[in-house]
Amino acid sequence: MTIPTSSIEQVIPGQGSMAQPETGRPAKAKRQRFRFVSNRKATTGLVILGVYVLLAIIGPWIAPYDPGARGGNLVQPPSADHWMGTTHLGQDVFSQLLVGTRSVMFVGFFAGIVATVLSVLIGVTAGYVGGKTDEGLSALSNVFLVIPALPLIIIITSTLENAEDWLIALVIGLTSWSWNARVLRAQTLSLRRRDFVEASRASGERTWRVIGFELLPNLTAVIASGFVGTVIFAVLSEITLAFIGVTSNTTWNWGTILFWAQGQQALAQSAWWWFVPAGLAIALLGTALSLINFGIDEFVSPRLRSAGKTRIKTTSGRTVRMRIGFTPVLSNSPEPHTRARPVPGVDPHGATPVVRKEVAP
Amino acid sequence: MKYFLQRLAFYLFTAWAAITLNFFIPRMIPGDPVQALVTKYQGQLSSKAIESLYVLFGLDKEAGIWDEYVSYWKQLLSGDLGLSFTFFPTPVSEIISESLPWTLLLVGITTVISFFLGTGLGVLAGWRRGSWTDGLLPVTTFLSSVPYFWLGIIAIYLLTGPDSFFPSSGGFDSGLVPAWDQYFVPSAIQHSLLPALTILISSVSGWILSMRNMMVTVSSEDYITVAHAKGLSDRRVALSYAARNALLPNVSGFALSLGFIVGGTLLVEIVFSYPGVGFALFQALGASDYPLMQGVFLIITISVLVANLLADIAYLLLDPRTRKEG
Amino acid sequence: MTQPVLEIRNLNVEYGLGEQAVRAVRDVNLTLHRGEVLGLAGESGSGKSTLAYGLTRLLAPPGVITGGQVVYHPEKGDPYDVLGLSDRELRSFRWAETAIVFQGAMNSLNPVHKISTQLTDVLRAHEPTMSEHSRNARAREMLKLVGISPDRMDAYPHQLSGGMRQRVMIGMALILQPQVVIMDEPTTALDVVMQRQILGQLIELRERLGFSVIFITHDLSLLVEFSNRIAIMYGGRIVEEAPAGSIYRDALHPYSKGLLGSFPALRGPRRELTGIPGSPPDLKGMPTGCSFHPRCPKAFDPCAGNIPVLGRPGTPDGSARTVACWLHPTEQPVG
Ligand SMILES: Nc1ncnc2c1ncn2[C@@H]1O[C@H](COP(=O)(O)OP(=O)(O)OP(=O)(O)O)[C@@H](O)[C@H]1O
Ligand code: SF4
Ligand SMILES: [Mg+2]
Repeated sequence: MTIPTSSIEQVIPGQGSMAQPETGRPAKAKRQRFRFVSNRKATTGLVILGVYVLLAIIGPWIAPYDPGARGGNLVQPPSADHWMGTTHLGQDVFSQLLVGTRSVMFVGFFAGIVATVLSVLIGVTAGYVGGKTDEGLSALSNVFLVIPALPLIIIITSTLENAEDWLIALVIGLTSWSWNARVLRAQTLSLRRRDFVEASRASGERTWRVIGFELLPNLTAVIASGFVGTVIFAVLSEITLAFIGVTSNTTWNWGTILFWAQGQQALAQSAWWWFVPAGLAIALLGTALSLINFGIDEFVSPRLRSAGKTRIKTTSGRTVRMRIGFTPVLSNSPEPHTRARPVPGVDPHGATPVVRKEVAP
Repeated sequence: MKYFLQRLAFYLFTAWAAITLNFFIPRMIPGDPVQALVTKYQGQLSSKAIESLYVLFGLDKEAGIWDEYVSYWKQLLSGDLGLSFTFFPTPVSEIISESLPWTLLLVGITTVISFFLGTGLGVLAGWRRGSWTDGLLPVTTFLSSVPYFWLGIIAIYLLTGPDSFFPSSGGFDSGLVPAWDQYFVPSAIQHSLLPALTILISSVSGWILSMRNMMVTVSSEDYITVAHAKGLSDRRVALSYAARNALLPNVSGFALSLGFIVGGTLLVEIVFSYPGVGFALFQALGASDYPLMQGVFLIITISVLVANLLADIAYLLLDPRTRKEG
Repeated sequence: MTQPVLEIRNLNVEYGLGEQAVRAVRDVNLTLHRGEVLGLAGESGSGKSTLAYGLTRLLAPPGVITGGQVVYHPEKGDPYDVLGLSDRELRSFRWAETAIVFQGAMNSLNPVHKISTQLTDVLRAHEPTMSEHSRNARAREMLKLVGISPDRMDAYPHQLSGGMRQRVMIGMALILQPQVVIMDEPTTALDVVMQRQILGQLIELRERLGFSVIFITHDLSLLVEFSNRIAIMYGGRIVEEAPAGSIYRDALHPYSKGLLGSFPALRGPRRELTGIPGSPPDLKGMPTGCSFHPRCPKAFDPCAGNIPVLGRPGTPDGSARTVACWLHPTEQPVG
C-alpha cells in the first residue's frame, strides 16, 4: 500500500528535531485553524474530499441505473446512455462507481475513527503515564507496527464469511492504529515536559482534565493527520479485499468493479472504461487525503511551508533565487536607505524635554 | 551492541506474538471450515496429515488449549505447516519454499532500488527547493495514491500484447524448467521487469516526498549554515551534511513501512500471476485453503521482521549516537 | 590598529519582501580594524546576529540584503566588496578570510561525522593540495590550541561536552588563520569560569596570530573586559560606537547608559542597577524619528520627528567615537 509520506508520521522518538507542533496554548487554536484552511493544499484536498462525501450520500439516488441490473449492451464503450460504458452483463459502470462511493467512504471513515480512538487511548496513555504502562503499550504498538497489516487483514477477513462493511472496517481499524499511537506517544512525551502541562499537573488537576484540556487540544493536528492517514490505508485495504474477492461481492465498491473487470477479462477485451474510472477515483481520493495531510504537516512544522516567493528581482533587474547559504543581495549600493540629516539649530541644552509617553511594560 | 541486542529481542518477541496470533485466529473462526475440508478429502489424507491439521487448526476439541499450543509450537519448529488443499497433497512448506525466492528477489530488489532512487530524487527536490523540481510534487503525490495493483493492470493494458516485449503474466516462459541456466534466467528477468516497474513507480513517490520533507527540515539546522560558512562545495553540503542527516529518519521510516509495502507488492504478484507468495496466497484464498494462507502469513511476517532487523543494522551504522554504548 | 580590515557601509537587511518585510538591520556603518576586538551589544532582537551573518550572506530565507557594501581589505592586494562576489568567489572567501563561531554552538557540529572529519573538510575545500597527513596534523594542532586533547579527534559531537564543542568550533574557526573571526555569543552556554578561560585563550591567540574579532555577547562585563571598541545596536541601527573604556565610563547615548545600568559594575563604586523601561521596538512598526524615543528618559523636541545621525559628538574625545542622538548633534555624519 502507500508508504505514509507525512513527516509527522516520521517522528522517531528521540529525534526531536522534526515536526514538533508549534501550537501554543489552546487559546490560539482558533486563529490557527483559520490559517490551516487558508493553506492551498489543504483547501484543494478538502474540496475534493467534500465532493466524495457528497457523492457517498447522494450517489445511490443520482445513479442512472441499478448497479447490478443487467442490460442488453454487453461490454460497450462509453456512450450517451452509459457514460462509462458497460460490463460483461451490461451493467452501467458509472452507476457502480457512484453507488460504490458510499461503501468506500463508510469503511474509510469508520476504520479511521476506530483506529484514531484506539491510537489516542493507547498513545496518549503511554506517553502521559509513562513507566511500566508505557513500556507495555509501546511494545504492543511496535508489534502491531511491524506485523504486515494487509496480509493480517486478509487472513482475518477470509475467515469471516461474507463480512459486512462495518465488520471489515472494524478489522481494518483494529489492525492499523499502531503507527498513530506511536506518533502520539512521542508527541505526548514532548508536550508533557512543556511548562503549561507541568504547571497544571503540579497544581493537582485531575489527570483526565489535564489530558482533555491541556494535551488533546495541542495534539489536534497530529491526531487529524493520523486519522487522514488511516482513512487512506483503510480505503486501499477495502478495495484490495474486494479486488481479490475476499469480501462479499454483493455490496458495490470500487474494488468490486475491479474484481469483475479482472475476472471477466476486461483487459483482454481492451475494455479500459471498466477498470480505469475506479482506479482514478481511488487515486484522486488518495491524492485529496494526502493533500490534506501535507497541509497539516506544513501547518505543524512551518519549515515545510513553501517559502512563498522564491524568485526575486534585484534592483538591477536580475532574478535571484532564495536559498539557504547564499542570501540574495538585492542591491549593493552604499547609499543609505533612510536619509538621516542633521537638523540645523537643535540645541539640546535649551530645549524642554517632552514628557515620555507611557509604554506598555 | 546493546541497541542491537534490544532490537533482536524485540523482533523475537514480535515473531512469537505473530505466531501466537496465527495460532488463535483459526480457533476463533465460527464453524469449522477446515473440518469440512478434512471431511472432503477423507480418503486421500494420511492419518499423519490429519493429525497435523488437527494441531494447526485446533480441531481436536478434547485437548486443552495449553497442550494444543505446545504441540503447535513443536510442529512449527519441525517445519510442518500442514498440507495445502489447493495443491493437494503438497505440503505448505514446500509451496512456500518454491514461491518465496520469487517474492524475495522481485520485492526485495525493487524495494531497495525504489528506496535509493526515491531518496536520491528527494534529496534533489529538497535541496533545490523552489526550482523546477517542485513541479514533480503533484505528480508524485498522485502516483503514491494509486493502488499498486491498479497500476499493474494499467501496465498490462498499455504495455503488453501479442508483439510486446513484456509478457503479461507468469514468472518465466511456460516451456522452461526453473534452473540457473542461459534460457531460464533471461526469461525470468524479462517476466519480472513489468511487475518490478509497477512496484517501483508506485512506491518511489513516497520516498521522494518523505526525503524531500526531511531535507527541507534538516536544511535549516545550524550545522548546515556552518557548512556553508566553511565554504564547502554545494555538493558536499548537500550530501555529506544535509542528506546524510536527513537519511536517518528515512531509514527508520523504511523499516516501519516495510509492512505496508509488502502488502501492496503481494497484489502486484496477483495481477501478473507472478509465482511468488502473494500469488500463492491469492490461490489459497480462492479455495479456502487455510493451511496455505496461514503459512504464507507466517512467512511474510518473518521476512518483514528480518528486513526490519537489517534496516535497524543499517541505522546503527549510520547514526553514531546509537552506537554510543559501544 | 588604524588599518581597516572590514568596512560595512550602509548595510540593510530585511526578512521577507515588500510591505511585510522586517527591517532587521538598517543603514549600519561599522569599521573593523586590523587586530582589534570589536564588541557588539544590544538587547535581544536588536539585529546583532543578523548583521554578523549578513556580512557573508549566510542568512537563511526569508532574509535578503537590500543594500550596502561590505568592503574587505585583504593583507595584500586591493579591497573588494564581499557582497559583490560570485558564489564561487564567496565560497573561497568564507572561512579563509572570515570565520564565524555561531550563536548556539551546540548544534553547529554535524552529529553524524567525527570532529576530525569536520575539521579537515575545511582544509580539503580550501587547500586541496594539502596532504592527508598534514591535514590531520593541522587539525590536531588546532585542538591542542583550544585546549582539547588531540586524541579526541575521533570523537563524535555527542561524545563531547557543551564547552568542548564550543572549543572545537573556535578551533575550527581558526584553522585557516582568517583575518576576521566573528563570535556570536560563543560562550553563553558555559559557566563563568569557563567563559573567561576560553575568551582569555582567544585573546592570547589573537595577539599571536593577529586576526580581528567581532564579538557579540549579552554579557557586558565580558564585553568591556575583552574588547577594544564597542558598538551598541538598537532596533537594527548602531546608536553608539566608542572605545570600550569610554563606553563604560561615560556612554553618551541614553540607551547605552541604560544598557550599562542594567549590569553590575566591574570594579569601583557600586552603581545603581536601573535597566531600561519599556520593551524593545517592534521592527515592523518602528517609531518615527529616533526609534528609542518612546523609552528615552531624555527625549525632547526633535527626537520624535527626526532620525538622529551617527556622527562624531562634540565631546573632547569626540574624534574617537560616534553616537546617534540629538543630545549630541554632529556636523560630521559618518558613512
Ligand atoms: N527568519 C526570520 N524571519 C523574520 N524575522 C526574523 C527572522 N530572524 C530574525 N528575525 C528578526 O530580526 C530581528 C533581529 O534578530 P537577530 O537574531 O539578529 O537578533 P539578535 O540581536 O542576534 O538577538 P539575540 O541577542 O537574541 O541573539 C529580530 O527582531 C527577529 O525577530
Ligand atoms: S535622540 Fe532623543 S530619543 Fe533618541 S536617544 Fe537621543 S535623546 Fe533619546
Ligand atoms: Mg543573536
